[in-house]
Amino acid sequence: MSTTPARPRVGLFATCLVDLFRPSIGFASAKLLEEAGCEVLVPPQTCCGQPAFNSGDKVTARDLALQVMDAFSGCDYIVAPSGSCTGQMVKHFPELFDEPQLAMRARAFAAKTFELVSFLTDVLKVTSVEATYEGRVTYHDSCSGLRELGIQSQPRKLLASVQGLELVEMNENDVCCGFGGTFAAKYGEISDTIVTKKTANISDSGAPLLLAGDLGCLMNMAGKITRQGKEIAVRHVAEVLAGMCDEPPIAGPGKTRK
Amino acid sequence: MTLHPTSPDFKDNAHRALHDPELQKALGHVQHGFIYKRQSAVERLPEFENLREAARDLKNHVLQHLDLYLETYERNVTAAGGQVHFARTSAEACETIVNICKSHGAKSVTKGKSMVSEEIGLNAAIEAAGMQAVETDLGEYIIQLRGETPSHIIAPAVHLTKEQVEGDFRRVHTHLDDARDLSEPVQLLTEARGVLRQKFLDADVGITGANFLVAETGSSIIVTNEGNGDLTQSLPRVHIVIASIEKVVPTLEDASLLLRVLARSATGQDMSVYTTLSTGPRRETDPDGPEHYHVVLVDNGRSAMLGTEFEDMLRCIRCGACMNHCPVYHAIGGHAYGWVYPGPMGAVLTPSLIGVEKGGHLPNASTFCGRCESVCPVKIPLPKLMRHWREREFERHLTPAVQRYGLKVWAFFAKNPGLYSLATRAAMTTLAWLGREKGRFASLPLAKGWTEYRDLPAPQGDTFQAQWRKRQRETRR
Repeated sequence: MSTTPARPRVGLFATCLVDLFRPSIGFASAKLLEEAGCEVLVPPQTCCGQPAFNSGDKVTARDLALQVMDAFSGCDYIVAPSGSCTGQMVKHFPELFDEPQLAMRARAFAAKTFELVSFLTDVLKVTSVEATYEGRVTYHDSCSGLRELGIQSQPRKLLASVQGLELVEMNENDVCCGFGGTFAAKYGEISDTIVTKKTANISDSGAPLLLAGDLGCLMNMAGKITRQGKEIAVRHVAEVLAGMCDEPPIAGPGKTRK
Repeated sequence: MTLHPTSPDFKDNAHRALHDPELQKALGHVQHGFIYKRQSAVERLPEFENLREAARDLKNHVLQHLDLYLETYERNVTAAGGQVHFARTSAEACETIVNICKSHGAKSVTKGKSMVSEEIGLNAAIEAAGMQAVETDLGEYIIQLRGETPSHIIAPAVHLTKEQVEGDFRRVHTHLDDARDLSEPVQLLTEARGVLRQKFLDADVGITGANFLVAETGSSIIVTNEGNGDLTQSLPRVHIVIASIEKVVPTLEDASLLLRVLARSATGQDMSVYTTLSTGPRRETDPDGPEHYHVVLVDNGRSAMLGTEFEDMLRCIRCGACMNHCPVYHAIGGHAYGWVYPGPMGAVLTPSLIGVEKGGHLPNASTFCGRCESVCPVKIPLPKLMRHWREREFERHLTPAVQRYGLKVWAFFAKNPGLYSLATRAAMTTLAWLGREKGRFASLPLAKGWTEYRDLPAPQGDTFQAQWRKRQRETRR
């Protein structure tokens, strides 16, 4: 895209985890995009194919990549509230196809696909959000977003504009939480050791709220935090940026569940 | 393979490692020391990122012309009075070295640290031929006393605490005073230095590895921090260099490029304390040096990697940065990987060298966090190469049946959005209802791998897509 259309049509790729476990992140994403002047579309979708890709099942990964590209073909941009799924679409879709036509299509698709927060700051040039959150938060840099897409300053920039919010950095905020997709289940004991170090760093920060940009990592950390009985709430960064923190935090006790 | 791999038992190895308090204490040093030191070294050198790219390109160039540079190297070693031996396998390499030692009537052989010698099981071969092999790198010396293998490619004894080393020294160095103080690392170092001094002087043959082989001069280069390599190669009558074939670089200038990224990536030093070049045997005008100079070049599966998707791995210069930055290595240490090379580089190299049937766990035991690739001085795409192994395993039906079956069921639904929607809506609304009070599950059938260690957050209710469509319909009304 050389120029941004006046009211870009943004296809929201909710990601399968948000679709299934935490729709409120999808609505927060849509709100942020709409407030930034986008028309938000949610084409029928399932998964980007990363679980298959990382399990060595390239055939299924290709099928799902084609399915995603077809579903979002009418959009100016594709945006996902996840560095991991975006990394799959941006970095790995093009690796899946040797056929020149398909490879070209995958590269063109990748060029208009963005992670939510970096899309707001880097493409739409959003510098602040209209949101209030009273209190301290700490932010975990999820690996794919950080190292595949270079997302680090963008969420911090927008969090700084949230009224009343104070960001306190934890130690080793750029170290993996131990999720790693199917790794968490396949090598549960190792994953547990890694997430236990992570939750110690989170506690040590003293912040009562943990934020990150990937629901997979968040479910892993939240699940460990509640198992350890720690009093730390966990949310996706989009929920705070959109000012939509009325739903209970991830793995937190329910109030108005439908 | 001389060293019996325990990589197929990776999960059991990891379990034991996670419950080994001494190991866990020792691993604390890896997580912090190495990372901070590398970071500081990189920050002091603004062109570091450019050097990584140049180093990558240089190694790629060498791999494309490996035959040319190996032949040039051999010619120049011969011209300097040395002899080059090519070994296709571990067995050939061991046999060649043992024969050289025997032909000189050797009784004692000193060794500088060499990972390829671990790979081919050289110490066992030397001992089996009735000679004594003495490791002279402090870390290697310690693990040799313990009958262990290195747990890290540049810090072989990093899995040990200083109390464990003290115990080993008291057990083995029985000729020394029992009442001596060994509570400080420097005292351990001094004692090892004293014991090793006589071994250096007694040795008939010295064997060193090589960080680089320089084609234009026929030189081999080693870097050490202890100077043990210098004594190993200059005191005995015979010097044998053992190196794998991908260590060759065209010129001295190329070697200096790689030296600039090597120590910074490894230990955070600008340069290692000793960088030693050796070119052929002692010349008449030299004050010292060996009378005989041999180089044993080991293939052992590497040439089979050329031209495959694993060729990138042959760029590796063995700095250890990938394992220093790996959360899995930090958790379990090096021995759990079950063969010579641990961490991310081992997860790629081990299946290449011992077969994916035995090494198959290793490329799977990664979160793909990508930190290894981000620090690799020659920019090896380690997660991508691990994924290639997973692809090979999947193609050959080596992936565990439960995982294959799960993937198949999931793929069926993921490829049918209509069915997917029906199934997920039913499942999520049910789960949300079941978990409505606590907001999480402490255990759930089919999710044991997850809930054994952490709670599973409950879904909020209906799926996002269903709720979104409902909202769209309501707005239109």
